[in-house]
Amino acid sequence: MAQKNYAGKQIEVTEEGYLVSPDDWTKELAVEMAKEDGIELSDKHFEVLEYLRKEYAAGTALSIRKVGKSGIVDIKGLYSLFPGGPLKLSSKYAGIPKPASCV
Amino acid sequence: MKRIVILGAGTAGTMIANKLRKSLDKEEWKITIADSDKLHYYQPGFLFIPFGIYNREDVIKPKSDFMPAGVDVIYSAIDKVDAGKNIVILEGGKILNYDYLIIATGTKTYPEETPGLTDKLWYKEIFDFYTIEGATALRNFIKGWEGGKLVMAITEIPFKCPVAPLEFVFLADDYFTKKGIRDKVDITYVTPMSGAFTKPVATKMLSELMEEKNIKVVPDFYIEKIDNDSKKLISYDEKEIPFDLLTVVPVNMGDKMIERSGLGDDMNFVPVNKETLQSEQYENIFVLGDASNIPTSKAGSVAHFAAETLYENLMNAIEGRPLLAKFDGHANCYIETGGGKGALIDFNYETEPLPGTFPLPGIGPFGLLKNTKINHYGKIMFRWIYWHILLKGKELPVEPLMTMAGKKKII
Repeated sequence: MAQKNYAGKQIEVTEEGYLVSPDDWTKELAVEMAKEDGIELSDKHFEVLEYLRKEYAAGTALSIRKVGKSGIVDIKGLYSLFPGGPLKLSSKYAGIPKPASCV
Repeated sequence: MKRIVILGAGTAGTMIANKLRKSLDKEEWKITIADSDKLHYYQPGFLFIPFGIYNREDVIKPKSDFMPAGVDVIYSAIDKVDAGKNIVILEGGKILNYDYLIIATGTKTYPEETPGLTDKLWYKEIFDFYTIEGATALRNFIKGWEGGKLVMAITEIPFKCPVAPLEFVFLADDYFTKKGIRDKVDITYVTPMSGAFTKPVATKMLSELMEEKNIKVVPDFYIEKIDNDSKKLISYDEKEIPFDLLTVVPVNMGDKMIERSGLGDDMNFVPVNKETLQSEQYENIFVLGDASNIPTSKAGSVAHFAAETLYENLMNAIEGRPLLAKFDGHANCYIETGGGKGALIDFNYETEPLPGTFPLPGIGPFGLLKNTKINHYGKIMFRWIYWHILLKGKELPVEPLMTMAGKKKII
């Protein structure tokens, strides 16, 4: 565990930078987190983040395919919003745990 | 007379039919099992067909060989379940009433879900080995192949038997080495996951094996489509991988019947309580094997271990007790690594595969996370165990829930 300063607050994060507690999440925090990776969050990004937070709270197992069917963005769009690791990055900025892929 | 209907007579359905028929009174309970296919496939054996190690007849037997007396077997496709009315509608309209329903319709491959996969190169230079047709077509191709770029690609997770594509590349390395053309074959393993395997300790062991065998791993590659003209895999973020021979794990989803019945998630897997195996929607529906959404491997070993929990909870439900049996996600997989060796992994929802011995602590004979000859023999012997013991619901000397005895904790 580590601590990081986001939006003027000390926040507990995992070694890979994911929030320990999804309740610590704020929009400002997400903006600062994404900036560290060189990503400027738009309204579309936030629609995805809010969808992920909602589904996570409901206990849904998330996958790229699932987000692609959400009606918010298709898979290609998701890749262009979060280049490299769409679900890993979006989960990080949404303040939810790193997606666990099933064995 | 009360009725239990089992949908699907594969590994899971056959095992539970045997278990239930043995313990439920024949005067009181009618057990019916429905499946469209009269043949039982030993699916772990498909992997060996492309390399000529097994033949078609090694992996197929009539389903009727494994059905106990006193179980009604119906060979028919299933139209859908109307869970509100406690009925199953078969193709053609025949209706089965049930008091309890066990869904064991498994997972299937849907190559048509990936654009370009079933185009002009399908079963010519692109193959799967999850069907008898694919495995046989691949064998005929591989026999005459003179080398080039072999790409083993996973399209989507989860998929049946997560170690199978790893075993495939290990066996391919062995096969082409023995054929004397390994230097002409370039093997690449393409996965949407971030490594060869998802659990850290096993990934380390498997990655080392990949390197030793000169197999390149391309992680985080999520296939959008296959370009048949330029013979390339193309990812959603527009990366490209060329191939001469493509072997593929197609998208896995539950049976279409699940979708028609409105019982599945977006991949047609049935949401269940991962500990009790009871459907989240209906109290009198339980799910065994690959058909459910439990977060562990889709594999026969899981169905086997889970059968014990499902059986106990079904008895609990029938006799009005709370569902006290809890499944832990136990999976146990042999991994063929080529050259007559194999590795073995044992894990559950919470604990990743660890080194040690299995099934007897300190003795084995099988070494966990170790590459040994005896593990390979374990896999070869398993086919006999499967046909003669496992399907018939007889006891194996292995605990259904995972044990830490004989394992080394790694921090």
